[in-house]
Amino acid sequence: MDAGEALLLLVLIPGAAMLLTILVPSRHANVVRWIALIATTATLIDSIWIFAVYDFAQGGYQFDLQYPWIENIGFLGENGISLHLAVDGIAAPMVLLNGLVGFAGVLVSWKITHRVKDFFILFMALFTGVYGVYIGQDLFFWFFAYELAVLPMYLLIVIWGSTNKEYGAMKLTMVLVGGSVLIFVGIFAVFAEAGAGTFDMAVLRDIEFGRGFANTFFPFFMIGCGVLAGLFPFHTWSPDGHVAAPTAVSMLHAGVLMKLGAFGVIRLGMEILPAGTDFWMPVLLVLGGVAAVYGAISAIHQTDLKFVIGYSSVSHMGFVLMGLGTMNNIGVNGAVLQMFSHGVMTALFFAMVGGLYDQAHTRDIRVFGGLVRKMPLFVIFFGIAGLTSLGLPGLSGFVAEFHIFVGTIDTFPLFAALGILSAALTAIYVLRLMGRAALGPFNPRWDNLKELTRWEIAAAIVLIAPIIAMGIWPDPFIDRIAPTVAELPGVDQIGGLFTLSSLTGR
Amino acid sequence: MDLEYQLIIPEFVMAGLAVVVIAAALMFRQVDQKWFGYFTAAGLAVIAIVTAVAYWNTNDDFGTVLAVDHFTVLFRVFFLGIAFFTVMAAVQFAGDRLKNHAEFYGLIVFATLGMMLLAASRELLTAYLSLELLSFSFYILVGFNKLNPFSNEGSLKYMLLGAFSSALMLYGISLIYGVTGTTTYSAIGPDVVEGTRNIADQLASFAGGSGGVDPDATRPGLLIGLVLITAGLGFKVSAVPFHQWTPDAYQGAPLPITAFLSAGGKAAAFAFFLRLFSEAFLPAAAEWVWFVGILAAVTMIVGNLMALQQTNFKRLMAYSSISQVGYLLVGIVALNAADIGQSQDAASALVLHLIGYVTTNIAVFAAIIAFYNRTGRDDIIDLRGLAERQPFLAFSIAAALFSLAGMPLFAGFATKFIIFQAAFNNGFLWLGAIGVTVSFVSLYYYLMVIKQMYLYEPEGSDRARFHVSRPLAGALVVLVAGVLFIGLYPTPLFDVIHSSTEGLFEQAAALSASVVGN
Repeated sequence: MDAGEALLLLVLIPGAAMLLTILVPSRHANVVRWIALIATTATLIDSIWIFAVYDFAQGGYQFDLQYPWIENIGFLGENGISLHLAVDGIAAPMVLLNGLVGFAGVLVSWKITHRVKDFFILFMALFTGVYGVYIGQDLFFWFFAYELAVLPMYLLIVIWGSTNKEYGAMKLTMVLVGGSVLIFVGIFAVFAEAGAGTFDMAVLRDIEFGRGFANTFFPFFMIGCGVLAGLFPFHTWSPDGHVAAPTAVSMLHAGVLMKLGAFGVIRLGMEILPAGTDFWMPVLLVLGGVAAVYGAISAIHQTDLKFVIGYSSVSHMGFVLMGLGTMNNIGVNGAVLQMFSHGVMTALFFAMVGGLYDQAHTRDIRVFGGLVRKMPLFVIFFGIAGLTSLGLPGLSGFVAEFHIFVGTIDTFPLFAALGILSAALTAIYVLRLMGRAALGPFNPRWDNLKELTRWEIAAAIVLIAPIIAMGIWPDPFIDRIAPTVAELPGVDQIGGLFTLSSLTGR
Repeated sequence: MDLEYQLIIPEFVMAGLAVVVIAAALMFRQVDQKWFGYFTAAGLAVIAIVTAVAYWNTNDDFGTVLAVDHFTVLFRVFFLGIAFFTVMAAVQFAGDRLKNHAEFYGLIVFATLGMMLLAASRELLTAYLSLELLSFSFYILVGFNKLNPFSNEGSLKYMLLGAFSSALMLYGISLIYGVTGTTTYSAIGPDVVEGTRNIADQLASFAGGSGGVDPDATRPGLLIGLVLITAGLGFKVSAVPFHQWTPDAYQGAPLPITAFLSAGGKAAAFAFFLRLFSEAFLPAAAEWVWFVGILAAVTMIVGNLMALQQTNFKRLMAYSSISQVGYLLVGIVALNAADIGQSQDAASALVLHLIGYVTTNIAVFAAIIAFYNRTGRDDIIDLRGLAERQPFLAFSIAAALFSLAGMPLFAGFATKFIIFQAAFNNGFLWLGAIGVTVSFVSLYYYLMVIKQMYLYEPEGSDRARFHVSRPLAGALVVLVAGVLFIGLYPTPLFDVIHSSTEGLFEQAAALSASVVGN
């Protein structure tokens, strides 16, 4: 499959939309919104097409596209820095995820009225950056896109955010950029050690780095990227950032941005420095396990809806890191599945919370009650997100977490037990939340609440569709992810290509 | 001796332009003063274009004192561009707040002339005289707002320390002349190699246990001269610990001059730095690379840390520019005597970062000048709500500050990436790591400015939206576009730079070949 232009479109469309938006006078807010909607619709279609057309029988990197950018000058050899795009079976679902969440994000942002133009310019920059990270195959552009995805967060939170936004935004930016300093140093170390004069990942993957070098620089990638994935103990920016951010930004942030971190651990860490995984992956697993339990316990104690979901994100990203840390095919499969599942699920969560907050102007769980009377659809959607979060079979969360636990039991049984414990804790806070706010006795203060807007309903449906699809028919995902994971260097095969589909006797 | 005077026609024309502008003001007293500004700008633009077209393929010497090669031509055009944008940004400012406009523009032209000669110099005294022409013009320009005590203080401080640094540099030059018997770069280079070889012989003879050969008397003298010249240059580029004058001079100077000083003054000093160290001192690189490295590290760290606590925008930019000097020095550290290819990469990386930094910095200042024209204030807190009052200015400042912090899309990302890469390649992983880390610190204080513009509502009595004059807005659009272009696609610029730095290393390449031959 050689239609790399489709990948190029993924960054060109939102990039062009961003430039176009800059040219629109700011009084035409609706024009700006429609540009964003059309652009995200186009990228969503493109993403679905890429996901569907990705040839899983063949596996590996597809849609390869390479343009030289800076080359043959001194330290840079041929293809020194090139615009190199490709997706593998791990990136394909991530591309789809970004398409879905970005599209839904524009829908729920429809009601923003303050500086609409600036908002969508920054939104599109972030969106472009995330795509760039998922499809980039050149370290220069990878890092470029990574920074581009992180940077607009500051302004997005500071201008359109709420609740302690200055603090949240600065903390988020400083911690994430601090992480990218590590990545930056790591990239240079790899470049210099390889001595191939190129930042092309395809070349660097084939170079064998010594064990000592890999052990030294693996943590630069693991911690640098891990920070973005809420790696314990560098996770505290995440709940603060989530709470401060406006709805659509929380969605993109928890939905796709945090996945960039885990994705970076795979792309930079596992693929380029496989020799470092032996030593460091168990560390990642332990930290992931701690984050899973700790995040869940913290979530139980929160009273602000967004804090609950923020800590639940830390907990779920802990599962992802645990899955990666197992270094066997089932665990890593599960991690990638969880990245997708948690992405759509948490985006749905934040979309719903945003819909409620915009009317109620509070997110304190204690003052809500019986919302189902006024907002039945809200409760249904919120419930689906909640049930996905606690891993109800038939929804995507179950598929993902099941893989992770099976993988972990095989290597670190104790941590599998911890993980399952934290899944149980998740059930506590989710059910309590549902019971108190959604059901429970009706609080007459909320007599004036209205149902979600149609834009929000549309967004919710876009997000729920993949949750259910993956829950009852995960094969399209597993078919793509499993062969790629099996080819990752250093990943153990337990029982050959042993996946949930084969377990259920497909 | 046959001297080819046609090589330095642009310099003659520049001197003529300055005289014409000043004389014209005496003759045409009725004319609106801003036309002198536009006339100067037009003159600079014409000279820049003609120079670029007519001299690009020249590669010649004017005696042994000036070289007109790609490097010179690149920097001529670069300096003319800096002066052009400075004048464009200054016209309204000067009209509102300064007297004696013609002298103001004339001095800018003289300073530019000094820069152009400095980049072309291949002889220490010529370089020194060019540097003094540049510095004297700046001493006056910094104090141009003569009724303002800050302007006076800044000018006096700058002049005293400048004179001191000139003395240091002259002493260094005299030492080098004393031990080598020459002041031309081309003759110093082989002598440095000779000295290095003597040391090597000596060490070899010690190791061999035979009696000492002639001890190499030239080494200490050369090295001390080198240190003194580096210190003098350190003052000029405001590297820590020679940076004390910078914040005061930046704060006191009229805004366009602050811009010109931070852009042109630094660029010229680095052009000199680069040519001197790559043509004359490269063979001794192992001797000086460590102290320049420490200088770079300290400059980066102190500049960024001091910037954290500034409340005045000009002082913030002063410390920010000091930290940028640290990054630029990293490019000098990446020069390598044994590996000419690496050295040329480092030189190109340095020039690329210099051009990116200067473009960005002029963009910041052009925007701040537009803001100052309206409000007359320059504290960071005064920028509150700028995004409401003048979104284009706020956007330009934000873009430029992100570029200075080294964020992607903007020039700073690509150029810093390449300059740190050069250091990493030369084995200075620690220096690069410090650079990356303090860049991250710098993001904090740039964000504090951006926060003021975007987060808060306008305050005070004047909250209305306002317009930026057309010439200034036009210049700003071009500059911001340049920042984006360098950030997104630096290849064409890098190619031009790379072809221009080649000439710097011809001699070193020949010398190292002869050393290997021995």
